[in-house]
Amino acid sequence: MSSFDPVAIRRDFPTLDQQVNGKPLVYLDNAATSQKPRAVLDVVNAYYLHDNANVHRGIHELSRRATEAYEEARAKVAGWINAADSSEVVWTRGTTEAINLVAGSWGMDNIHAGDEIVVTVLEHHSNLVPWQLLARRTGAKLRYIEIDDQGRLDLGPLPDLLNERTKLVAVSHISNSLGTVNPVREIAEAAKKVGALVLVDGAQGAVHARVDVQALGVDFYAFSGHKMCGPTGIGALWARRELLESMEPYQGGGEMIEFVERDMSTWAEVPHKFEAGTPNIAGAIGFGAAVDYLATLPADEVAAHERTLMAYAMERLGAIPGLRIYGPESVEERSAVVSFTMGDAHPHDISTILDSEGIAIRAGHHCAQLVMKRYGVSATARASFYLYNTEEEVDRLADSLEVVKGIFG
Amino acid sequence: METPKLSSLYQQLILEHYRSPRNKGDLPDKTVEIHMRNPSCGDEIRLQLRIEDGHIADATFVGSGCSISQASVSMMTALIKGRALDEADALAERFKQMMHGDEAAAKDRSMGDLRALAGVSKFPVRVKCALLGFDALQEALKKTAGGAAP
Repeated sequence: MSSFDPVAIRRDFPTLDQQVNGKPLVYLDNAATSQKPRAVLDVVNAYYLHDNANVHRGIHELSRRATEAYEEARAKVAGWINAADSSEVVWTRGTTEAINLVAGSWGMDNIHAGDEIVVTVLEHHSNLVPWQLLARRTGAKLRYIEIDDQGRLDLGPLPDLLNERTKLVAVSHISNSLGTVNPVREIAEAAKKVGALVLVDGAQGAVHARVDVQALGVDFYAFSGHKMCGPTGIGALWARRELLESMEPYQGGGEMIEFVERDMSTWAEVPHKFEAGTPNIAGAIGFGAAVDYLATLPADEVAAHERTLMAYAMERLGAIPGLRIYGPESVEERSAVVSFTMGDAHPHDISTILDSEGIAIRAGHHCAQLVMKRYGVSATARASFYLYNTEEEVDRLADSLEVVKGIFG
Repeated sequence: METPKLSSLYQQLILEHYRSPRNKGDLPDKTVEIHMRNPSCGDEIRLQLRIEDGHIADATFVGSGCSISQASVSMMTALIKGRALDEADALAERFKQMMHGDEAAAKDRSMGDLRALAGVSKFPVRVKCALLGFDALQEALKKTAGGAAP
């Protein structure tokens, strides 16, 4: 008997309980951001109501409380991804800033003219543009892992792509546009053989399964709080302590220094060395609360529920004539995202029509223009699921697509 | 079941222009071409005009995108052919008023088929789709005026 009941879980998420355009909201834009449970909202609110102060600065009671909650949150998030130590978790604004931190710090010191950075066609722009910028500044070269017709990485040419010039492989754990789950461990093993480091964009990957950063065998793991019940504006970079210690600061300012002299200063210990300025204290505390909330749920059953939803959505949507689903055919190779087009109905028209039925999906290029180009489309419609979605909502989606057919034929 | 608000958006005339766009294709003897893209949604058009003696002698477009953007530019090309440049600019301004909810503009006969797009004003996130062609038109008029200056 399953102890996980998505219908009961929905009561934890106040946003879900509303009508949109006269219909009960069906929120299927979770790959963009998840809704927040009351438990997270309450913790953030309580921090501002009772403990608000700057961290690592004051001697006074409120500053002590704020610092304690802030560092406790770091320990919670570190524990959630099985980091060896909480100092291996650097707070950032989100996945994007975490990747830019690596590009700006490690990249500028370790990537030189003639070096190669391997990325994939599947990447979100956040794991692509920082490397284009770095390559332009250093004279390094970008090389691409291509995808097959099902949106799976083609690892056949990997032995040729990886060589002694390869300094970094940057790959997403799960594709945000197609839902493809990438064989990160296999890629990391191959990269290690040529001495390249591996950065994983975990914006989607940290959401649908408990990540073990040590077992993954990668060097950097970047992820966001807001896609997993936490507030926006907070995310983290994980890397091993020795690696973080070998890196120069990313930004200069308060909080990140030890001693400041006229000509030069010394840096604070990691992770503070990378956290210049007043951080997103409430966001970090909220991220910690999100992890606390997720820890109360049976992870295996949540994952099974999301897989069931995915399979059901593939079945219902796949049965609609003229509807094309992108990405892997096998449910085993994909996660919680169904990207599709429907005849000559443009994805934005699909989204407008679904919105009038109270259904929120994403339409566009999903910040993955290389994926769209690969398929020769300018945009897709994307329904993405999270733990609180139900099969009834998949039915609402499929039934409402009939309205699209009614209008566009 | 379509909601009334939705029906006001997806009028038959719009869908008809979307499926069978007028003046679609390259204009070999164009005098001005404007490429306009909406980066947030990928809607894209290349508006091509042949301007002679202060008039739009011919107008075509190529492009791809949602029904609203493509129908709007199709209707627009049909309407601006033969018009004086200042008339075409006035039409663009009138259309913008309609997109901002001006009901008098929505009843203005000079707007022709474009009146079918009045319902877009109730969908603020789609207004930019409807304006894509007119943004290109005004850009083309500006470019022409600039080129004509001594």
